[in-house]
Amino acid sequence: MTTANSDTKFKLREKVDKIVNLFLGFSILIAFATLLALVFDILNDGWKWFDWQFINSYPSRKPEIAGIKAALFGTMWVMSITALLSIPIGVCTALYLEMFADDTRFNRFIKLNISNLAGVPSIIYGIIGMAVFVEFFQMGRVILAGSLTMTLLILPIIIIASQEAIKQVPSYYLDAALALGSTKWQAVVKVIIPQAIPGIVSGFILAMSRAIGESAPMIAISALVYITFLPEGPLDRFTVMPIQIYNWISQPQDDFRGIAAAGIILLLIMLLSLNSFAIFLRDYFQKRN
Amino acid sequence: MEYTEYTKSRRQKEKFAVLILRSISLLSVLTTIAILFFLSFETFNFFTTEMEDGRFVKPWDFLFGTKWTPLFKPQSFGILPLVAGTLLVTVIAVTVAIVLGLSTAVFLSEYAPENVRRVIKPILEVLAGIPTVVYGYFALTFVTPILMNLSDVFGFSMIIFNALSAGLVMGIMITPMVSTISEDALISVPQHLRDASYAMGAKKFQTAFRVVVPAALSGIAASLVLGISRAIGETMIVTVAAGSTPNFTFNPLESIQAMTAFIVQISLGEAPHGSLEYSTIFAVGLVLFIMTLSLNIIGKWLVSKYSENY
Repeated sequence: MTTANSDTKFKLREKVDKIVNLFLGFSILIAFATLLALVFDILNDGWKWFDWQFINSYPSRKPEIAGIKAALFGTMWVMSITALLSIPIGVCTALYLEMFADDTRFNRFIKLNISNLAGVPSIIYGIIGMAVFVEFFQMGRVILAGSLTMTLLILPIIIIASQEAIKQVPSYYLDAALALGSTKWQAVVKVIIPQAIPGIVSGFILAMSRAIGESAPMIAISALVYITFLPEGPLDRFTVMPIQIYNWISQPQDDFRGIAAAGIILLLIMLLSLNSFAIFLRDYFQKRN
Repeated sequence: MEYTEYTKSRRQKEKFAVLILRSISLLSVLTTIAILFFLSFETFNFFTTEMEDGRFVKPWDFLFGTKWTPLFKPQSFGILPLVAGTLLVTVIAVTVAIVLGLSTAVFLSEYAPENVRRVIKPILEVLAGIPTVVYGYFALTFVTPILMNLSDVFGFSMIIFNALSAGLVMGIMITPMVSTISEDALISVPQHLRDASYAMGAKKFQTAFRVVVPAALSGIAASLVLGISRAIGETMIVTVAAGSTPNFTFNPLESIQAMTAFIVQISLGEAPHGSLEYSTIFAVGLVLFIMTLSLNIIGKWLVSKYSENY
């Protein structure tokens, strides 16, 4: 009797095991299906609007002639200045924290502080950027204010990624350089940094692709503007692609949904190329080393 | 002699360089100070600026009031409808993320062979990298129509802009984060616990759910806490898909307004500096900041707890 009982139990457990396995696989399928549905939805809505006319035109009240040119250039302006500002600041901070900072209470506080900054919602950076750059420093709602805000937003990501990259460099590299008589600074500049570059670069590109897609903080800086000119310098007013896309989404006409989807296609293409570039760079550096 | 001179000057230069690095690293502290200062300063302004009828907003009314009508007369500044809207969407999102994120994590760490992992991981990375405004578009143009059809079939009344659609899509958005952190926790459970469980004759699902998952519980809890914090701070999905009606409701089929969506709504109109509208977004921002910061601190504490154990 007991054997029969344990036999059925055994079979039951085998069944449950299979069901659990199926359920887990099913959950992953949902995630995968969502991704497919998302891509399909966007291509389906936006493909017929996605042409050169769309990329090369300014926004308009008429969907047939509306385009994303001003926002595309705005995005490029904001991103370039953000990159110029955030790379040196981010890498220097990471270098200091990993290579030169003693394990004092204050330095530990800086590290903890950076990891907390990484968790601050982006809209908070937006309103702080508005208070500091737009209002306090009287810059107005210009590209530079947007770039500075974006820099603050992605700095924690860049710092943490660079710290990880620097940590990955085996400690005997430093020891060997020091043993050959180099100073710590020389060792860091000539040995550690070249070794850490692949990690730093991929962290940086990850941060940039996050920044390109950020809408909320840019809305706080730039507000909803109707821009039909190309910005010529960092002190011009601007709009960026996610704001323009949001603007089109919130229009009531169906055609503008299509235009929004076309904008999303362009945004996703840019993100995809950025990420492929990151992978390419990583491979290139890995081969070189 | 010359040589020592050279080293000396080099040392000085390097000391100077390290000093520069150190001052640059202080920029992050400055950022925190700026965030804290401007949020508190403008929140102070919020409580000391007259409303249209000449009264001031009382802190008690702000925190516990159930009517949020900053743009209509009579003005009322009770933040609870916004908080309720945010929490409603968050609860839906976290429910989705628990189911999808945890199963993915368990599957990846306990079941999946290496080649399957290599397919699933990139999918999660792509999902994590999609801009939130795109998720918002997806919620509004794909998920909402499906939900509307379903609610017609089942006889519910549903509004186009609703908390459910935004919550479901937000759940997909935070799934990669939840699954990555949980998977890290599951993987760091020592192999000998699994071996012991199999030696006792346990099946895979028993080992996974009765041994490995409980052992990694603090890490899994951390992933959920951090996921909640992310959902609370998320802006564009709720702005696009959940509406801009600050209803004090817990009905997911209704239109709501999340805290972040309110900040965007006001920002879009370029609120003039020094106005009550302007300082309102900072008061809401401060509440948002306190909520996410405390969740992040709890989450990190939980992560450090499981890293301590093993």
